[in-house]
Amino acid sequence: MIVPYSHVLLLAGILFAMGIVCAVARRNLIMMLIGVEIMLNSAGLVFVAAALRWGQLEGQVFVLFIFAIAAAEVSVGLALIIYAYRRTGSLDPETYNILRW
Amino acid sequence: MTLYAAIFYILAAVILIATALAITRRNLVHSVVYLIISFFGSAMLYYLFGAPLLAVLEIIIYAGAIMVLFIFIIMMIRVEPSALRKPTLKEWFPAGILGFIYLAVALLVVSKDPGSHTTLKIALARPRIFGQFLFQKYWLSVEIISFLLLIALIGALYFGKAFAKGGGETKEDEP
Repeated sequence: MIVPYSHVLLLAGILFAMGIVCAVARRNLIMMLIGVEIMLNSAGLVFVAAALRWGQLEGQVFVLFIFAIAAAEVSVGLALIIYAYRRTGSLDPETYNILRW
Repeated sequence: MTLYAAIFYILAAVILIATALAITRRNLVHSVVYLIISFFGSAMLYYLFGAPLLAVLEIIIYAGAIMVLFIFIIMMIRVEPSALRKPTLKEWFPAGILGFIYLAVALLVVSKDPGSHTTLKIALARPRIFGQFLFQKYWLSVEIISFLLLIALIGALYFGKAFAKGGGETKEDEP
């Protein structure tokens, strides 16, 4: 007997909200990627708890895929950030307005 | 309250505090270190929920590889400390209203759903069982994921090479 399933859902929901705040409200590209990481992690938490709740292993398999997606996303995202930083010399997303006229 | 419930609430408090500190720090290295603490807590929660292999993978991939990648990037580029954006009331108000509606609905759904009050029981998925299950039923997905990782590797290499061959602005000035 651990805890009710709803408490895990609440914990993951609060974590997800923190990730959204980090991705939306920070003036930094790296912090936006970190916010996406927090959101993916909270989704994985719900998957593992659901796998325990229903006694099915599929939830844990999906968390493995979430890990792989997070790794791929972060590698491409950081490569993009480095490229953009070398072109503009800044990490503030508001300076990337070269397409605006 | 059983011992497992106490462990869960302590870990949940640590994770929430560490994440809240991570998203509010001005210094990027500090926030990455706080995030590592948060991911360690998540790994222990995975272990508590009966997924020891995923707990180890969380530490290796999230707290290890991904966070080290972030620290490398932060060390490579000079990052000026940045604060939280201060939105005006006109920007902030509609988003706040919509978010509050979603929060209320989510709390209602979680509290009224009879299925969500069932208490989680202790169980353990041994890594051997988990691996056999994964490669018997989801081997095709594993192959597709490996292909995705290969594509990500090629994409990262492309961005590195595109700059080295003169895609940047500093190279364009040279004859």
